[in-house]
Amino acid sequence: MADYKWPPADKRALIGKRISRLDGPWKSSGRVKYTYDINRPGMLFGRMITSRYAHAKVTHVDTSEAEKMPGVKAVYTFPTSSEVHWEGQEIVALAAETENQARDAARKVHITYEPLPYLVADAEPAKAGAQFTKEQSARTTGDVAAGFQQAEVTSEGRYGVPVITHCCLEAHGQVTEWKGDSLTVWCSTQYVSGQGAEYSTGLGIPANKVEAICPVMGGGFGSKFSADAWGVACAQLAKKAGRPVKMMLERDHELMVAGARPSMYADVKVGAKKDGTLVAWDSQSWGTGGPDAQGGGPALPYIFRIPNVRRKHTAVLTNIGPERAWRAPNHPQMCLITMSALDDLAAKLGMDPFDFFMKNIEITGARSASYVEEMNIAAGLMDWKKKWHPRGDKASGPIKTGVGLSIHTWAGAANNSNCAATIHPDGSAEVSMGTQDLGVGTRTVVGIVAAETFGLPLEAVTVNIGDSKYPPAGASGGSSTIGGVSTATRCAATDALNKLFAQVAPSLGATPDQLEAVGGQVRVTANPSKGIPWKQACAKLGATAVTATHGTDRTITSAGVGGVQMADVSVDTETGVVRVNKMVAVQDCGLVMDLKTAESQVYGALIMGVTYSLFEEKIMDQQTGRCLNPNMEFYKLAGIGDVGELVVHMMTGKGYDERGPIGLGEPPVISPGAALSNAVANAIGARVPELPLTPNRVLAALGKGGMA
Amino acid sequence: MKDRDSHAENPPKRPAAPGADDSPEKNKVSRRSFIKGTGIASVAVSASVLLGDEVAKAASLAPPAAKWLGPAAVPVTLKVNGQSHTLDLEPRTTLLDTLRDRLDLTGAKKVCDRATCGACTVVVDGKPMYSCTVLAIDAEGRNIETIEGLAPEGQLHPISQSFVDNDGQQCGFCTPGFVMSCKAYLDQEKNPTYEGVQKALGGNLCRCGTYMGVRHAVLEAAQKLQKGGAA
Repeated sequence: MADYKWPPADKRALIGKRISRLDGPWKSSGRVKYTYDINRPGMLFGRMITSRYAHAKVTHVDTSEAEKMPGVKAVYTFPTSSEVHWEGQEIVALAAETENQARDAARKVHITYEPLPYLVADAEPAKAGAQFTKEQSARTTGDVAAGFQQAEVTSEGRYGVPVITHCCLEAHGQVTEWKGDSLTVWCSTQYVSGQGAEYSTGLGIPANKVEAICPVMGGGFGSKFSADAWGVACAQLAKKAGRPVKMMLERDHELMVAGARPSMYADVKVGAKKDGTLVAWDSQSWGTGGPDAQGGGPALPYIFRIPNVRRKHTAVLTNIGPERAWRAPNHPQMCLITMSALDDLAAKLGMDPFDFFMKNIEITGARSASYVEEMNIAAGLMDWKKKWHPRGDKASGPIKTGVGLSIHTWAGAANNSNCAATIHPDGSAEVSMGTQDLGVGTRTVVGIVAAETFGLPLEAVTVNIGDSKYPPAGASGGSSTIGGVSTATRCAATDALNKLFAQVAPSLGATPDQLEAVGGQVRVTANPSKGIPWKQACAKLGATAVTATHGTDRTITSAGVGGVQMADVSVDTETGVVRVNKMVAVQDCGLVMDLKTAESQVYGALIMGVTYSLFEEKIMDQQTGRCLNPNMEFYKLAGIGDVGELVVHMMTGKGYDERGPIGLGEPPVISPGAALSNAVANAIGARVPELPLTPNRVLAALGKGGMA
Repeated sequence: MKDRDSHAENPPKRPAAPGADDSPEKNKVSRRSFIKGTGIASVAVSASVLLGDEVAKAASLAPPAAKWLGPAAVPVTLKVNGQSHTLDLEPRTTLLDTLRDRLDLTGAKKVCDRATCGACTVVVDGKPMYSCTVLAIDAEGRNIETIEGLAPEGQLHPISQSFVDNDGQQCGFCTPGFVMSCKAYLDQEKNPTYEGVQKALGGNLCRCGTYMGVRHAVLEAAQKLQKGGAA
């Protein structure tokens, strides 16, 4: 068995360099076809009719008038439609010749409801009532009472993050087309290889009759794993009509049901000794992720293993769309609560939070040494010691500035992926796997690893991904993709190369294990002048290509990364507007495969972080049970002028490279909320307890009569 | 602090009706300026109330109707990327739906469908416009440029190349809109500034967070175009 490993730094031609993404030209030319862009011959347009109520019995559904409308070719009633549990839940779908006709017909579907009691307000458990709450977990470590007796300074506060949505720019949806009993689905998904099982379950057809195609997709962030009820409905419409159907969610529907990050709030008490040593934590937390209370409660406090801890979490069950995993599930919320509480405690202790965090860095566990390194680098890039001041900027005038910091962690262990690597006699090479590229650079990294292994330039290797006909690969969730796809590719390419070496070795008067592939040559490692060009080597294969398939190899990847972020803000204390001046992110992720796309991931996470910290909130109206901002005018995303100066530093070299590649999608999006909230507290001298840091909340924190 | 709320400060991209007076006076009620005027409290008001009011105000600015069209399909000739297409379209059909569903020009994307996010941006008579909020009949007789017209298939316009080189894209769904806003901007502004870029591209939204790359891409594209790299 081959000994798989990553090449050392001085032997890397591609890995860790700044390489432009392979699909960049497809995208910036506007030529690549996303799911939403697929136009098939004879294709119909699907549209869904959804619940207007947060909770209701559906007493009657009459589609007879809609069926007679011009252009309508198929109508489908969702099997779960006798009772709806949130606004926007699907009841009927139909397909028509044009989008306009589908819209007209949708208005002719008549549904009668019998409204039922509901809760959509993000209320604390006592206000929500027993019917809508479920105690999820309670846990005690150490002796909390004794811990607080030891504490010389304590701080208490309430901190929270509301429900936000994913707001993928490409809505959820798909194009379905039948050929006999086989189904082709173009779908915007984070799990290409899993769609066979999804549609098999939903339609009662064998998984091997389903082909899922997704070469590029317009954002997922954790919300696009399942085929969803609309995927099955779309396939059923296509079957009934005998024609392909495209059905993408309308933007309001997308924001109502296709993504929700659970809220989390907590009442926290935390104590330390005068020198800053943390001794005790007590928290009661709650939050809502919709009608279900899945998973356990949050692991508070986040990262810092305080010796005496008591925590209790209550789920609030609400009639909003069900929760979906949102980039680093639970972590941004736990981080905001913990780092805000610690920052408030540092202020009470009269300590610079940098010194306070460093004082307690040992109790962060296995990554503490990296945190120290990262804290110092971040402080340098932010000029922290110069910018930090005790709570409350003393500068005259209404504009106050401040800085804040936060740390985060994420596991990012590899998923199970399989790669097939093939070398052809003409010298061409390809790697195939049923993974997907969410825009993070997966396609590029697979190409980099294969080309590095073959000693070829990147453009010499064809990368086939985004189709379920390729070897199965895991879902892209939880930052698990890089570990899976890069190790599977490294191993499969190594195996294929060894097969080539076996054919070439005799002509070089060597054994296969004495050969290497470098710089477009196959040569003897100990005597590099003894070699032949790659193409000539491949010609020795005769008529048949060599191929090898390999799965994830966990010996050359690992898990557990950390990062430090710092924010510098200005706050207008007259208007309450928060402006980001600068953010610094220092991040490790093991062996960086492509420095350019890795940095982009972190820049993107900072920007997404600024967005949820300053603007995002799914606003629900308890009076009507409906969402008040299911559109992009009022569900705000940051624009190019809102994000300030961003600085990213990736940890590389000794201590990091030897860990192998580890996922990067989640970790850098965890800290921005806490770093920004702490910066605002530092600027104005008061805590804004909840995100987003909107003008009304800031003014309320200043005691100026905001609405929060 | 003048840039503190670029969402509200961005110049409106609302298209003018054909033949309408293009003066700032005539266009002063834009969706953005209207909503901006209502302030933060408007979030608590039903969006449909706002939109209804806005539509009413906008309608009052339209020139007197010359002729009644529809509701049945009417022949419409559109000049897209220098090529004429005559199509039968219901007058209510948007330019975006026409480009995507009838001409298979899918570079312009449908995202918000309400003139907010800029993913559908095309250039009409030299101005960037949200094609989701332009009726196809209103685009008749005008010069419509879509991203597909920037360069022949297989080649990259210098702006597209700069987006690749500076990694100004991730999932890429917003990218064609950014590229077209950038095209319209650089057609007018040969020496863009950092602040100018933030204004000109402030009407386009990205979810993955590619603004860092976009900033660099626009400035670099301007330099390339100055050196005569125009496609």
